[in-house]
Amino acid sequence: MELVLELRGLVKEFPGQRAVDGVSLSLARGGFYSLLGPSGCGKTTTLRMIGGFENPDAGEVVLAGNVVNGLKPYQRDVSTVFQSYALFPHLTALRNVEFGLRERGLKDCTARAMRALEMVRLADKRDRRPSELSGGEKQRVALARSLVLEPKLLLLDEPLAALDPKLRREMRAELKAMQRKTGITFLLVTHDQEEALSLSDYVAVMNKGRIEQFGTPEEVYLRPATKFVAGFLGTMNWFGKTGVRPESTRLSRTGEGLAAKVESSLFLGNCINVNVVLEDGSRVVAAMGLEHNNFHEGEAVWLHWLPSDELHFQ
Amino acid sequence: MKQRGLAVYAFCALAFLHLPLLILVAFSFNANRFTVWEGFSLRWYQAALSDPQLAAGLLNSLIIAGIAGVLSTIIGTLAAYGMWRRAAPVLSGTLYLSLVTPEIVTGVSLLALFQGVFRFLHLHLGLWTVIIAHVAFSIAYVTLVLSARLRGYDRSLEEAALDLGASPWHAFTRVTLPVLAPAIAAAGLLALVVSFDDYVITSLVAGVDSETLPMVIYAMARRGVSPVVNAVSALIVVGFSVIILISQRLQNQ
Repeated sequence: MELVLELRGLVKEFPGQRAVDGVSLSLARGGFYSLLGPSGCGKTTTLRMIGGFENPDAGEVVLAGNVVNGLKPYQRDVSTVFQSYALFPHLTALRNVEFGLRERGLKDCTARAMRALEMVRLADKRDRRPSELSGGEKQRVALARSLVLEPKLLLLDEPLAALDPKLRREMRAELKAMQRKTGITFLLVTHDQEEALSLSDYVAVMNKGRIEQFGTPEEVYLRPATKFVAGFLGTMNWFGKTGVRPESTRLSRTGEGLAAKVESSLFLGNCINVNVVLEDGSRVVAAMGLEHNNFHEGEAVWLHWLPSDELHFQ
Repeated sequence: MKQRGLAVYAFCALAFLHLPLLILVAFSFNANRFTVWEGFSLRWYQAALSDPQLAAGLLNSLIIAGIAGVLSTIIGTLAAYGMWRRAAPVLSGTLYLSLVTPEIVTGVSLLALFQGVFRFLHLHLGLWTVIIAHVAFSIAYVTLVLSARLRGYDRSLEEAALDLGASPWHAFTRVTLPVLAPAIAAAGLLALVVSFDDYVITSLVAGVDSETLPMVIYAMARRGVSPVVNAVSALIVVGFSVIILISQRLQNQ
């Protein structure tokens, strides 16, 4: 397995807080990886250290076998897609994509930039300025601008956060397709668990400057290593130290299980979310099939689940 | 009703601001020498345009404003960029100080400085001392305009340039400068106007051979109200209006 990136005990401190607290991570070539965590967990700072915009206080950034600590952004073979896209407003779409090629003194800049624009289906918008492009188009130009350089590693900082939900889902599919087509290693930073789970081959879940779990989307969702991971990825019903996913939580009128009272029943299109209150006052949600759209507010119900669906934490 | 009240108020305020200018322009076309309307005439404009003193003053003013405008635009732009790159509250504070310092104080202090230095170097006041003085007070205006523009400038644009392989110098010259170009042009025009306009500081540091247009006009006005002054003033007002309009448009880009 060829490693594109290796982080060894990365630490970054800002006045008053330790933003990144000993992050170690290995990325194999050609994979789609995510750093997932709540805002302030250190994921963006980690990305900025890989890109060369911040210097780590301790630890090493190893790119394709070479320690790149201290190298400037323009000396590293990585490229970043910024959250704000950071397209140059005075240049057309084509000139934006050409920019990096020209700075590197490469040949056939215009032809290569055109091919990159064609890949993101924006060849006809080549002469538009960023202000004349829609959000999704800007996003695709930013992507083309980085991909045209064929970097070893593409860093994406919350690239879909500024798009509306429908467009976000479309761009998600496009990102994944682009990664598979180019074979370039992608490292995506996001706070959106759905985005991380659906796109990634591997997800690193971060909290308070540390990686809590690194694994495939199935692993981190179905077998969360810590209580934080379990709670951050999807919804979790807590019964003391035992967690049960809403889709594994069943309701019945048989009188067996944990007694509860229905608070509300929400129709979500693809499922029904029934919110219930236990006798001790804690709230639990059960995600059920559409055929269960018959629970009434105030109705007495009983909760049960399979022992194999229980998740235990210390 | 409320709308109409506001309109009347706005009209009065504008009249208070600009009525004197309108009267000045009107009398610049008066055939009579005094403030009695006699008929339309361009004789004062002819007199103004053929006056050698005014022409010499205008030439001096244009040279000074041109050179001082360019120099202060370069220095002020770099200063604003530097202060944007690393927050420098003390430095930007001193810039504001130079804006609120009374001109007479600035003028006297510059004169003291020049005289102190000249005693050693055996130099005289001249056009270039005026230029130095104008650069000194125009920098603050340029920096102010550009700082305002930079506050809305996305830092990740420069980071993106570095990320794509540009050196810091290229990131500045190929991304930041072009993006700031309209604001720089606007600031430069403002510096030009401020320099052209100045009387107090200029009169203190100018040499005998370097009278500027405002100094010539002031001397003429003191000798007695001449409609030539009206004509020259009207021309200046029109010229400045055009420059300020261009500057405003550039700033809004």
